[in-house]
This record gives sequence, C-alpha cells and structure tokens, in this order.
Amino acid sequence: MTDQLSLTPRQRGDLRTIAAMIIPASEEYRVPGADDPAIQADMLATLGRDTKQVAAALDHLARLAGAPLVELDAARRDAVAQDFRKHGGVAAATLVRVVLQCYYRDDRVLGSLGLELRAPFPKGHVLPDGDWSLLDPVKARGGSLRRAP
Amino acid sequence: MKDPVDVLIIGAGASGAAVAWSLAETKMHILCLEQGGWMNPAEYPSTGRDWEAKFYGEWSSSPNVRGRPEDYPINDDNSPIKVVNYNAVGGSTVMYTAHWPRLHPSDFKVKTLDGVADDWPIDYDALTPFFEENDRMMGTSGLSGDPLSPLTHPPMPQQPLGLSGAIIGKAMNKLGWHWWPSDTTVATMDYEGRARCINLGHCTPACAQGAKSSTDITYWPHAIRAGVELRTHCRVREITTDETGMASGVVYYDKDGIEQFQPAHVVIIACNGVGTPRLLLNSASGRFPNGLANSSGLVGKNLMFHPYAQIYGYVKEPTDSNRAPPTCLWSKQWYDTDLSRGFVRGYGVQFVRGAGPVFEAVVSEQKGILPWGADHHRVFRKLNGHRLGFSAICEDLPEEHNRVTLDPVLKDSHGIPAPKIDYTISENSRKMMEHALARGREVLETAGATDICINSPIPWGGWHLLGTARMGTDPERSVVNEWGRTHDVKNLFIVDGSIFVTSGGVNPTSTIQALALYIADQMKQRLANLFD
Repeated sequence: MTDQLSLTPRQRGDLRTIAAMIIPASEEYRVPGADDPAIQADMLATLGRDTKQVAAALDHLARLAGAPLVELDAARRDAVAQDFRKHGGVAAATLVRVVLQCYYRDDRVLGSLGLELRAPFPKGHVLPDGDWSLLDPVKARGGSLRRAP
Repeated sequence: MKDPVDVLIIGAGASGAAVAWSLAETKMHILCLEQGGWMNPAEYPSTGRDWEAKFYGEWSSSPNVRGRPEDYPINDDNSPIKVVNYNAVGGSTVMYTAHWPRLHPSDFKVKTLDGVADDWPIDYDALTPFFEENDRMMGTSGLSGDPLSPLTHPPMPQQPLGLSGAIIGKAMNKLGWHWWPSDTTVATMDYEGRARCINLGHCTPACAQGAKSSTDITYWPHAIRAGVELRTHCRVREITTDETGMASGVVYYDKDGIEQFQPAHVVIIACNGVGTPRLLLNSASGRFPNGLANSSGLVGKNLMFHPYAQIYGYVKEPTDSNRAPPTCLWSKQWYDTDLSRGFVRGYGVQFVRGAGPVFEAVVSEQKGILPWGADHHRVFRKLNGHRLGFSAICEDLPEEHNRVTLDPVLKDSHGIPAPKIDYTISENSRKMMEHALARGREVLETAGATDICINSPIPWGGWHLLGTARMGTDPERSVVNEWGRTHDVKNLFIVDGSIFVTSGGVNPTSTIQALALYIADQMKQRLANLFD
C-alpha cells in the first residue's frame, strides 16, 4: 500500500475526474459535481487517516487507466471506472466514501436537498409526537409473558 | 508501595459504575481504574457540521478503526461479527443506542423451558428490585404496560412516535403484530440534572445534550461524591495473587505509562465480555497456569454477540431520517420459542427511524442502489429521508467454540496481549435470522417500502459481549457463582456481561447493570464473611 501523507498532482487529477464520474454537476437540481473546486479542497484538507487508502485506490486507478483518467475517451473511462468500482476493494470503497461524505456536507448540496446548514447541536430538531391511538389495537389484543418455572 | 484499597474495580463503564455507586454506602476505600478518560461533550460529533464523517474515523464504533490511545486492538478476523465498544469513563454507554429492554423471566430458564443451553442460577425476581433501581439511576423513558414485555415503571414518558414510528405502527397493525414504544435511556424531560432530548439526531456516538444516559453523567457523579476514587488512563495488565491464592491487587500502567502495583483486598472486574476474559487470561501465573479463575476452562468460551438481522427499505412518505434518536419502537412478536418456525428461542425487534445523508449515500452506493453518474441525484433524492429499518436481535446460544483467547502476536500500546475472537453463527441462529428477515420484509412491504436491502448479520454489530465467564453453581461448568464471586478466587468478582449464562433476544445493558447492583447487594449482605 502507498505510504504517503498527501496526494501527488497526478493523483489529485484522477481524484477530480473520478469524483465527477461518481457525482456530476446537475443543472436540474442546481448542484455542483463532486469535482467542484471547493468540494475537492474539502476532500484534500480532511483526508487525514484515509490518505493511505485513497492514495492506494488512486494508484490502482492509474494502473487500470494507463494514463491520466481525464485523457481517456469516454467509453474507455467508463470501463475503467466500472472495473475500479467492482474490483477496487477496501481502498476504492474508502475513496468513494470520502467523495460522498465531502459532497453531502457542502452548503449548496444540502441546500438543494432542503436540509439546514448547521450542526445538529445545539438547536436539535422537532419531532411530532404522533397519534398514539395507533397503539390501541395492540393494547386491545393484549397478551402475556411466557411463564418461567 | 501504595496503600491497599478495600475494593478495586477495573473498568468504569456500565457495570463498573453501578457497582461502585452501590458499594459506596459501605464507606470502604473504593478505587476504580479506567483505561480511558473523561469525555468532553463539546467534542461530540453532533457539535460539528462533519458529524457523520466522524463515524468513519475517530468516532467509529470499532476500536480497530477508531484507534484512540485508550483503545486496545482486537483480532476479530475469524468472526463474521466484529467487536464494537468504547473505552472511557462511561464505557460503551457513551456509544450505544440507549435501547433499554430487559431480559424476560423465561430467559433465565432456557434449559428447563426449551431443553437448550443452561438455566441461570438466579431468576428474574432476584433482579427485579435492581432493574427498578437502575432505571431510576440511569433515567429511563417509556410507556408502562407492554403486554409482551416485563412490567417496567419508566420515570419519564416515551419518545415521540415521529413520522417513522407512525408508518411502522400502521404497518404492524395491518399485520396484527405486536409493537410498543421502546423503553430507552433517552431523557424525554429534564431529569436529575440532565437536559431533555432535543433530537440532535443519531445519538449512538454520544449525546452532546446529555439527554442520553451514560454512566459518566449518571452513576459516576454520585459515586464520586460518595467517596469513590476514579483513576483514569490507567490500564490494568494483570491481577496478581498471593501465596494463598487470593487476589492481592493489580499491575497497571498509569497515565504516564509507568508500571504501578495497586494492592487491594477485593478485586471486581467490569471490563465486558471481551476485556474480562482477556484480563483473566493475561493474569496466568504458576498457581493459575491457564489464566485466573479458569479451573473450569471456560474463561473466554461461550461468547455470545446477538447476530443482528437487519432489513430496510424506502417509503414514499418522509421519515424521521437523522432528526431523532435512531430507535423508537420494539416488537416482541417473535420473542418466545415456537418450534414450528424451525428454530428454538427467538428474537426481539428494534425499528430504526432512518439515516443521515452521508450514511445514506455511502451505504446505498455500497449496496449498488445509488448509481454513479447523471442519475445519482434523482435516486439519492428518492432514498434520502425515506428509510425505515427493522433489526432483529437474535438470541445467541452459548457454544464453547465461540471464544476469546489471547492473540499470540497482536498487542496494545502497552505491550499487553490483545484478545482474539473466534466465532461462527450457529445453524439455529441462521434460521432465526432468515425468519426475521422474512417478517421484516413483510412489515416493510406493508408499509409500502421499495428498494429493500438486507444487512445480515450487521458486520460491525458486535455490541453485546456476553457469556465468557458464565455464572453457575457448579465450579466445573461456570466461572462465577450465583452472586458473582469467582469459584477459584474468593475475593475476585465479575459484574459485567461476561457472566451471562444465556443472552436473551434483547439489548443487554439494562440487565448487565441490574446484575451489577444485585452482586453489590449480595456483597454488602455478606461483608462479614465475604471470603468464606
């Protein structure tokens, strides 16, 4: 496994390309892709303990592609991505998770989903108490505990 | 050399805190050694925008992933279920779902009722007052009167039904199946200095509000005020014995990593079903070559996890997602033995309200239901905020080949041999899990769910660590007697989940703590002849 603390320029390029393949920008939903510069910067800044696995995944991707991913034609790039997703193991899963966890905390993305742009604490959330008459049939049916000698 | 203490407790988690508090009234000199430190709620995940990402790193439920200095590694490669725990003042009550069922009376008489495993040497009635006392101390919420559960008296009302609970309740009613609001240790009103739940979200990895009960904010403040000394960042390597075979104290590493010896007149182990056998096996000596208190050969054997059979799906209506504690309802519909189902014993069910966006994206991508590419956004919007879950907690029967031993290579940061887990899921459990998944599918489909996915067993679902120093009256078939004292060492006690004889089909923390209080009470009643 790669033993490094940051990504090389080539790895950063491939990360950007594969991130866009996982989550492309969408005009319909008015959201950036995962290759957006701010989201990419978040990934690089917070890789931390995932750096080695992500670097290993990108090394694997580079071997599959044989060239920077962005330079491949679309069909070849898709084939490489499918192979990577299917056979990339823990390292690939880590890379995908890093992409997703950074994407789904971006303000623009959360805003598009209708989610509030804040930490859960201290405001919390309001939960409806609900209709407890739903429990009436259970009460009416009753029952008993299995007897123990 | 340090002065001896009257009672030395190892571990400040669920059971260690309860036994410390209960024994404090004796005014003995009680010391607790805890390998972790005090928690700081200001650093809990829900205080930050990146709260979900933390679950994959420093707040992972797996000590192997988390890798904090307070954690010890566990070799669980040879187990389909991985051990999860937390090491700190409060132990794994810092990181748990706060779901609070008790063992049923029938769980204590499994051999008599169903001809499998063994009966416990005590019955439910022996624990009843301690269940009640523990519920007051931990602060429980719930609705008394569940016809299929032991009677409880939660001091606080149940959690709101919420959006998810209503959908589940309607589906269960259509099927005519039992459901009930769960007893939990989530405060639904201000209680004993704890603030009420404000639905921060998935509170399994600690509650910044302090609404979720953990022993660092329940038992420990009371125990310390009563005079118990709690020494943190102290990892016990071994329990020592004297020339008469009695426990004489412990060797531990202090917060600076310096080896220390602490003499004690009584030693109580509260390290959970993995940590306790690890410590006993690491305490082997010339007099106890197979590990301390192990003349039966059963230390570390009969490990029970509770295999979790989880199934979930997505409904059209919005669910509570991450805007509430994760569990809200239980079902005991399939709790008791019905041999027509093809297996013996049964399972409890906990319903899950939903998931946050990052968790939803990561898990759904892994399951293959969230695509890469242009369709990603449409599918994610269909999934996110629409999940409902059904998790069956399957009773795991004791089998000696499921065990904790010492890894010959792996060691913790102090060089202490780490535990190794060998565990397989039994055929009976597999049939039970299949049954549960089929029932779960019926519930979800009745609720209108689609895209149904299975997670069975939940790989990182080894929350419940039970059975590895079992209780019994026969020294050849058990490690501790009917009041928690080891058969072999008369001033050595065990109070954690390792003394469970069978596992039941429910989350065990309530019963673990009731047992700890019961053992403390037994000790107090026998102080004049504790070692006879």
